[in-house]
Amino acid sequence: MSALLEVEGLRKRFGGGRALFGAARPEVRAVDGISFTLARGETLGLVGETGSGKSTLGRLVLRLIEPSEGRVRFEGQEVTGVSAAALRAMRPRMQMVFQDPYGSLDPRMTAGAIIAEPMTAHGMARAEAARRVAELLGRVGLSPAMAARYPHEFSGGQRQRIGIARAIALDPALVVLDEPVSALDVSVQAQILNLLAEIQARSGVAFLFIAHDLGVVRHVSDRVAVMYLGRIVEMAPRDALYGAPRHPYTVSLLSAVPRPDPAKERNRPRIRPIGEIGSAAALPSGCRFHPRCPRARIVAARGGETVEAAGARLPRPCVEQDPLLAPAGEAAHLAACHFPDEA
Amino acid sequence: MTAAFELRGLTAAVPGEKGAVRLVEEVSLHVRAGETLAVVGESGSGKTVTFTSALGLLPKPGRVIAGEALLEGEDLLKLSPEALRRRRGARIGMVFQDPLTGLNPVFRVGEQIAEVLRAHLPISRREARERAVALLARVQIPDPARRVDDYPHQFSGGMRQRVLIAMAIALGPRVLIADEPTTALDVTVQAQVLDLLGDLRDAEGMAMVLITHDLGVVARQADRVAVMYAGRVVETGTVAEVFAAPRHPYTISLFRSIPDVEAPAGTTLAPIAGSPPDPARRPVGCAFAPRCFAVSDAAGCRSARPLLIGAGHEAACHRQGAAELAA
Repeated sequence: MSALLEVEGLRKRFGGGRALFGAARPEVRAVDGISFTLARGETLGLVGETGSGKSTLGRLVLRLIEPSEGRVRFEGQEVTGVSAAALRAMRPRMQMVFQDPYGSLDPRMTAGAIIAEPMTAHGMARAEAARRVAELLGRVGLSPAMAARYPHEFSGGQRQRIGIARAIALDPALVVLDEPVSALDVSVQAQILNLLAEIQARSGVAFLFIAHDLGVVRHVSDRVAVMYLGRIVEMAPRDALYGAPRHPYTVSLLSAVPRPDPAKERNRPRIRPIGEIGSAAALPSGCRFHPRCPRARIVAARGGETVEAAGARLPRPCVEQDPLLAPAGEAAHLAACHFPDEA
Repeated sequence: MTAAFELRGLTAAVPGEKGAVRLVEEVSLHVRAGETLAVVGESGSGKTVTFTSALGLLPKPGRVIAGEALLEGEDLLKLSPEALRRRRGARIGMVFQDPLTGLNPVFRVGEQIAEVLRAHLPISRREARERAVALLARVQIPDPARRVDDYPHQFSGGMRQRVLIAMAIALGPRVLIADEPTTALDVTVQAQVLDLLGDLRDAEGMAMVLITHDLGVVARQADRVAVMYAGRVVETGTVAEVFAAPRHPYTISLFRSIPDVEAPAGTTLAPIAGSPPDPARRPVGCAFAPRCFAVSDAAGCRSARPLLIGAGHEAACHRQGAAELAA
């Protein structure tokens, strides 16, 4: 089966050049060479911390912002580089759901008008769109009578249901969901996650699910990609990634998640990255995780060729060579680490 | 041993169209020195309002209409505004969720810490600055002697939260109230800040109240827990007791709705239907009854408000011990 979505060497740089009075502005490499594919009906979870570039990547895939380099193909057609008209023709098939169920809905439009908008914009007759709105409200667990209400009359979870109804109105093949449940309380979050699963089971839509919550991502994803400073540093089928992570950053992330189990929480060893995520405006040399990497320090202490960097002795490759995403462990398990077998 | 901080029957309200709307009702809880009490609940459960009320920080027209807030035996609610202001900061410290809003962007980090010190202590500027550097070191800011002259925007989110913690502990409070202190932080940074809070509690013997929505954070950090729903404490006990065998249907449902990173594959989530009630329209009887999987008219769920009675692990539920509630 050919992939629904193919992303190749995607990059996005912000800034750079010189400011008005000649000071050099730092260039931010928000997305710095990303390739992956997504199959029909599949959910790829994209996790990363603030500054990892995951939201930028989601917008690049739908070409809501223009990439600096690289290409995106969707259902066999170019997304990058095509005309506005060609892009517009593709839009019904690729949609987005945003994090903030408050900010992303126009407060002056009724729920019905919000959901109908993409349909009428793509030439559906008003009466037909109204009929579809009622059906869509039902599908996302709201009552058709709610079409006449305004966003402020709904709770956070209900608003997110409206955002989802709008996104699936034109029967898309791909929906990019950017932190769709992170503004919601846990009990409501579970409602929305179940709704998304049900929609996917019925329609075969593929999801690119962007989130920082590793529990949520594990719950919804078939495959998971972990981003760090503009790169995917590890990508694997869900159980492989959570069960046997290969990249030290993934190991640290999983170790840092507090789990609702006091006995395990208090007894498990913690693997802490050093300091905080760096800046995409000043990327480290070699492996971009080396200044924080606990594994590099362990490997260096065992011997082999080391160099002085980030206030420690680290293995030479970590400091000098940018590791590529390469097979590690089981099939389809990829990690960008010079020492993926040290886990 | 007496509690370092204790609330007794705290009730706070705002005026509404049909009389006072109770934001929190009859909240009783306590925390001892060296102990962490987690207060858990979802948005609108009253967990933040409880503590802003107790410290005289509830925005107008909200006000406390009943109850006591005892700081080492002294009722804060009976103090004059000036006396209360002096207790806050000095004997009871606070850290809030958003590390951006807690700091003034136009003043240097060190000046802001020094200001807290000088507001309470008769010390010189120079001495205050020296103490600020020591406090930054205490919260593990690298290179504190240099960073003391930075502005907040030069600090990352995690470091700003450390600065706020430094300000909260500057005067050696006996009680530290931390309201979602790590919610705005990334998970690896969250872990570092939680470690720091735990270390400070142990080193200073402070009593700590940790307000959070995250049961993982509770499991990791707290000794005891109070679960709040619709303005009331619905379950309380040690973390070990409550996590091993939750008794209130709301607590049970919360656990079932968390997507855990180590749950077996294919686990389905059991969400709680509906949403919490508007404080102005809480149902008669148990506020959780409309969403409860174990609701029973015969047990009085829709007619009488269930209460907490004694001490130890307990739940405000008419159906305690019912078969549906067994794990």
